[in-house]
Amino acid sequence: MGKCTERLYNGIVKENPTFVQMLGMCPTLAVTSSAINGAGMGLTTTCILVLSNVAISLLRKVIPDKVRIPAYIVIIASFVTVIQFLLQAFIPSLNDSLGIYIPLIVVNCIILGRAESYASKNKVMPSLFDGLGMGLGFTIGLTVIGAFRELIGKGCVFNYQILGDGNLLSSNSNGALKSIGDVLAYYKPITIFVLAPGAFFVLAFLIAFLNKRNAKKAAKAAAEGKDTSEFCRPEGCAGCANVLCAGKKAAEAQAETKPVEQKTVAKPVEKKPEINTEVKPEVKPAENKPEARETGKDGEA
Amino acid sequence: MELLLFAIGAALVNNVILSQFLGLCPFLGVSKSVKTATGMGGAVIFVMTIASCVTSGIYYGILVKLHLEYLNTIVFILVIAALVQLVEMFLKKKVKPLYEALGVYLPLITTNCAVLGIALNNVQAEYSILKSTINGFGSALGFAIAITILAGIREKIEYSDIPEAFKGTPIVLLTSGLMAIAFFGFAGMM
Repeated sequence: MGKCTERLYNGIVKENPTFVQMLGMCPTLAVTSSAINGAGMGLTTTCILVLSNVAISLLRKVIPDKVRIPAYIVIIASFVTVIQFLLQAFIPSLNDSLGIYIPLIVVNCIILGRAESYASKNKVMPSLFDGLGMGLGFTIGLTVIGAFRELIGKGCVFNYQILGDGNLLSSNSNGALKSIGDVLAYYKPITIFVLAPGAFFVLAFLIAFLNKRNAKKAAKAAAEGKDTSEFCRPEGCAGCANVLCAGKKAAEAQAETKPVEQKTVAKPVEKKPEINTEVKPEVKPAENKPEARETGKDGEA
Repeated sequence: MELLLFAIGAALVNNVILSQFLGLCPFLGVSKSVKTATGMGGAVIFVMTIASCVTSGIYYGILVKLHLEYLNTIVFILVIAALVQLVEMFLKKKVKPLYEALGVYLPLITTNCAVLGIALNNVQAEYSILKSTINGFGSALGFAIAITILAGIREKIEYSDIPEAFKGTPIVLLTSGLMAIAFFGFAGMM
């Protein structure tokens, strides 16, 4: 079981898809207007991730290498359809609030990314736990961002009023707690945070924070003379490039952008804006690119 | 006239990126210069209009007739992937400069959630084939407008003094947030 717990830890903490790898940013922005939506979306994605990882791991010797991406997409799309029907039947309220974003799980980079980089090369049990770990990591990320936006934008978390008028402390208790609640009642919710622009703002600050942290870590590692390749700045949704680009196309582009990438790897602290649009080092589409593998960080190391 | 208003509504009021968060990857990835941004915008307009027309045609012509509506997600993603390949081959043969400008990002249109999202939206809202096509065109136009504006702003941002941690993606996201606020203004139009 050692391997399995390691996969869980890897997904939830070490390579958390939201906070570390910055993958799947479209659903992260779209459904995190409240904590409950974030959690629902995260758990839905987890189910699909586990199922598709298991199926792809079972079929890893059957699927020919050349058509693997279309095959994975069909497998994932089938599971998404199944889960969508289950949600429609048993949790219609969640289905209504997530709406179009449930079928769009098909194009979520996390799922195809895990299929490509883990499930297609490993046995069933580790793949199952890899999917579970990544899914739970994603769930935690979405729930935290959702709770934060809900708290600032509406003054509540999971629909419990914490700040602002009529909060739980001021209406349900008395004495010292009530006076704390009265103070909290002065908070005026910043509605923009539950609307579309708020999502952009929250994500911007999140990435800025991660950049800061990574720059510090990289500087420390450089001072100790260690390899700094894993501290490249997160590129947000540009990370999606490691998914469907997985064809020959990206491999060519990677060959072209190689010099730029090496520069990033060498001095990650020196931030070059033009790296933004390049395919980042995590992209490792072609199997026969060992040097790309070394610079990638989300491998099965 | 009604259809024109419908297209404008799809482009500005329900902007795919700024209010629906579909297609963020190319929005953040290809918006570095106005030239490539307009190229990407053009490609998306082209692909999304055709994709909306074809997917809705397939939905009503084949899936509904055979009572296979539940297969729409699977069918749509495969149709879109094939369509993007086709567009790519066409551009490679006929419009070489545009092909070179878009480079790796053209295959990304396949995973562009916007194309699949709009196709699914069309059938969920039960639009007719004509209305679906117009919705696809309008939404793609909104995408092109948003990405071109963002690219223009980003070209200027290059010269500004931004805090170290905010360089790159964060400042682009902040800009898009402000743009999203501006696009809220269009809601009053309809």
